[in-house]
Amino acid sequence: MKYTKALITSSFIAICATGALANDSVTIAVQLEPPNLDPTGGAAQAIDTVMYHNVFEGLTRFESDGAVVPSLAQSWDISEDGLTYTFHLAAGVMFHDGTAMDSADVVFSLDRARAEDSTNAQKALFESIASVEAVDPLTVKVTLSQPNGSFLFNMAWGDAVIVAEESIADIATNPIGTGAYKFSDWAQGDKIELTRNDDYWGEAPAIETATFRFISDPTAAFAAVMAEDVDAFAGFPAPENLPQFDADPRFTVLRGNTEGETILAMNNKMPPFDDVLVREAVSHAIDRQAIIDGALYGIGTPIGTHFAPHNPDYVDLTANSNYDPEKARALLAEAGFEDGFTTTLKLPPPSYARRGGEIIAAQLRDVGIEAEISNLEWAQWLEEVFNGKDFGLSIVSHTEPMDISIYANPDYYFQYDNPDFQAIMTELEATADPAARSALLAQAQTMISEDYVNGYLFELAYPTVVKAELQGMWENQPTASVDVTALSWAE
Amino acid sequence: MKGLWIGIVLTVVFLALALVSFVWTPFNIEAFDIPNKLKSPNVTNWLGTDQYGRDILSMIMMGARTSIAVALLAVGIGMAIGVPLGLWAAARRGSLLDELIMRGNDLIFAFPSLVIAILITAVFGAGAINAIIAIGIFNIPVFARLTRGAALSLWERDFILAARVSGKSAFRISWEHIFPNILNLMIVQGTIQFSLGILAEAALSYIGLGAQPPTASWGRMLADAQTLVSFAPHTALMPGGAIVLMVMGLNLMGDGLRDVLDPRIRVDRT
Repeated sequence: MKYTKALITSSFIAICATGALANDSVTIAVQLEPPNLDPTGGAAQAIDTVMYHNVFEGLTRFESDGAVVPSLAQSWDISEDGLTYTFHLAAGVMFHDGTAMDSADVVFSLDRARAEDSTNAQKALFESIASVEAVDPLTVKVTLSQPNGSFLFNMAWGDAVIVAEESIADIATNPIGTGAYKFSDWAQGDKIELTRNDDYWGEAPAIETATFRFISDPTAAFAAVMAEDVDAFAGFPAPENLPQFDADPRFTVLRGNTEGETILAMNNKMPPFDDVLVREAVSHAIDRQAIIDGALYGIGTPIGTHFAPHNPDYVDLTANSNYDPEKARALLAEAGFEDGFTTTLKLPPPSYARRGGEIIAAQLRDVGIEAEISNLEWAQWLEEVFNGKDFGLSIVSHTEPMDISIYANPDYYFQYDNPDFQAIMTELEATADPAARSALLAQAQTMISEDYVNGYLFELAYPTVVKAELQGMWENQPTASVDVTALSWAE
Repeated sequence: MKGLWIGIVLTVVFLALALVSFVWTPFNIEAFDIPNKLKSPNVTNWLGTDQYGRDILSMIMMGARTSIAVALLAVGIGMAIGVPLGLWAAARRGSLLDELIMRGNDLIFAFPSLVIAILITAVFGAGAINAIIAIGIFNIPVFARLTRGAALSLWERDFILAARVSGKSAFRISWEHIFPNILNLMIVQGTIQFSLGILAEAALSYIGLGAQPPTASWGRMLADAQTLVSFAPHTALMPGGAIVLMVMGLNLMGDGLRDVLDPRIRVDRT
């Protein structure tokens, strides 16, 4: 009896010490559920949204402003020739299963990612690595085949996180990382729960349990936030409702930017889009501002090339493809399509694509191009468009940071094959000098803009609705992530 | 009688709107006018504009065309297949064939129609044609049962007996004597099924399985208006009102027609 009383008293004190009971948990809604939980094996951004920096950590990591900072690697030395990176790992880091994280795990992770049979979605990140050696348990030496100015940046991606050989078999359903949160439960179709890792090597985060809920329907999203069922909605799907949250003192609205270049993808190998005149005509037929206003209620920055406008190396090339339906008609006539043509417009589920698709179809119809809309689910889209390359037009947002290099891959779904561009990318990989890199990036941006590879629409904005008392939500998305470690409740 | 006239007026108005839309709408709904989006009803746009700046009155006219075409064709499929099946079953009443036809109909009837319509459009792809087929299939047993029931009682009547004695085949009797006598019933049921068809089309396009953009559809207008309803209620009220009025009109007309045409009710009254 006495014992029970003591227990009750002590737990009461514990509750008082951490403030109100509700204040150490957080429920965050996002639109998309990850297909699996392995950031090193899947392309879906939804995986990183939940896992990045919460469960898994890499050698370096992105901060909310896009800066690359030390993570598992506390410091590093770079050799004079830029070919050897010696990483000094943090001491005392444990995986969630209790095994120690040491240089062998780094060697394993990097070798696994760059292996011949690797399923890593971003293998290009690891292409310049020649060898990875463990010098001692806390030191790893990475040798590059050629200098790579963006190597530390590459290592910050969710695709480059450090995993353990012991737990790799089940990583897709039971992820074991080194992060401040452990994966605890996944109710498929509903939510994923993370709990605080009390053995975390770094600074302990404020939030004890985090629940990620998946709500893709805009109406349900609006209702969930209004009813305060969720504490935050990262990537709110209905921009038309944001003014209502602005006016409501219970909420704060963050209108952040993403690395999401939203493009009207054109199948560069399929007629008639193999003709640059047709692609140019399509680009001139599109009124970007109308799409931003109509589909996104004004949040979004027009882009003229595949590059993030907030990046210092961005070149504004929107003038190359200004809205000019007359010119579009003339170009179509020049290409031999006086009477226009019919093509497909395959749209994935996000509202920017569905709504943008309707607007773009109307704009294309105006110049004589009949785009037949078909609405696809993500799995269908990946199968038909991304892997099957069976499409004329599609709309999608490429949310990976600094992903202009996808244009150097002739097998990528829009199938742009230009040796000159590929040469620029190869040169860029080998260049470490910032000024030279800027020049090369400008050249690359201009080239794809002038080749009218795709219709460049806008940089996707990232609206987040948060309860006014919840602090630390990332406003911008330098990488897809909801960083729970940064969150805390105001007293 | 009042109900019948209200029903006829409402139905005729929507039919007229749909027909007029072939030659004229106040605005071209294929041209998006984003700067004019979400305007409340005003002098230029009588019913306001939607999220893309399209005139809602024009959208409703074009949507009426879609709704009516889908519902009419679906009822047509149901009648064209269901009525002959019912006549056939009645002609061979009590036989194995009768059992097969009617149990087959029961099988279709046993499924919730909208659920199967969703399945059909999900498998064969969304679109107006598949919506017509899906809704049409579920009209078949309705008409087959009704026809068989009415025809069975007719088969016992003396004038049919006379026709049989004079050597007419079952096919000719069904076509020449039974069918004309149950036509009233079919018109009444057709009107009711027509209104259900309008609802089913709206439901299918609401969940994105009906007519695809840019074809206008009341159901999709409602779906698009979902997130707008709190600050631009007219975007939901207008297509919603159109569905209500159209369905109400058809039901009133169906009820009224039954009072006028159905011989059984007429007999009860005398």
